[in-house]
Amino acid sequence: MNEARKTFWDGVRAEFPLLVGVFPFGMIYGALALNAGLSTSASQMMSSIVFAGSAQFITAKLVSDAAPALVIILTIAVVNLRHMLYSASLAPYLKNLSLKWKVLLSYLLTDEAYAPSILKFEATGITPFSHWFLLGAGFSLWFTWQVSTALGIFLGAAIPENWHLDFALPLTFIAMVVPALKNRPAIAAAVSAGGIALLAYGLPFKLGLILAALTGIVVGTILEGRKSQRGTL
Amino acid sequence: MNIWLIMLIGGLITFGMRFSLIFLFGKFEIPETMRKALHYVPPAVLSAIILPELLYRSNQLDMSLGNTRLLAGIIAILVAWFTKNTLLTILAGMIALLLLQLFIGT
Repeated sequence: MNEARKTFWDGVRAEFPLLVGVFPFGMIYGALALNAGLSTSASQMMSSIVFAGSAQFITAKLVSDAAPALVIILTIAVVNLRHMLYSASLAPYLKNLSLKWKVLLSYLLTDEAYAPSILKFEATGITPFSHWFLLGAGFSLWFTWQVSTALGIFLGAAIPENWHLDFALPLTFIAMVVPALKNRPAIAAAVSAGGIALLAYGLPFKLGLILAALTGIVVGTILEGRKSQRGTL
Repeated sequence: MNIWLIMLIGGLITFGMRFSLIFLFGKFEIPETMRKALHYVPPAVLSAIILPELLYRSNQLDMSLGNTRLLAGIIAILVAWFTKNTLLTILAGMIALLLLQLFIGT
């Protein structure tokens, strides 16, 4: 059990620098959700029920725009599709665990828990206690996310109207997207999705958002395919 | 639909995706094309939200210099590009918007 505890704390320690970055995001989310018209309890509970940063930001935004439930749910699904990649990538290291462990670790599987854990697993392989590392990383992130959400809700209520807190949402997304635009397919995906979103803005039920996102994904994938084909010639 | 129901279904879908391939290990693998496509989800979805947020004011396309959100957004994009620092980007954009509104109004 000692070895388990030690591995758990290794995970927490590896997660720590990420926690520092996540804390202000949790606060911004809490303040934004309240600002978007969600109740205090719904704003807080979303952080444990959905537990996925960008999906929570988007849900708050779509709720304040009065988008239909189906569009909100579809958008959450599209935004969180990337978790299947993490699931696939960690699966071989978790294959011997009980169903209970698999369920728990899946619930805690965020971008930030995935990153240090896959590095650790690739370095050490499967050991009897290696999954405790992911538990340490995942749980410390979960705990930080709940506390920072609560603080954001608490402080958000005090932020004056003319500070335009809602503008923090596109700014947060800009901060996430721009550094990720490292190659031509990614830039083309972003530009085409943005362009379609502008053109299709008038469509009912916020369907323009989904249409735009799908266009961007298809454009990026096709361009990458072309590039790698040319590479083999 | 009730916000709690939306959160519950959204949460179940999110959990389902995280659990999917851990659960199905050895029985199913993500096809190569889908694996590629998944990398473009974040830039596509986020840009599709950002651009209308910057360019539409009360359901009207506004590409004028009087659109303070557009100008502040461009400043934030430049800060993000050169610093790659998330908090600095948000801070720069918020301050830019506050200052621009002091000088330009609306």
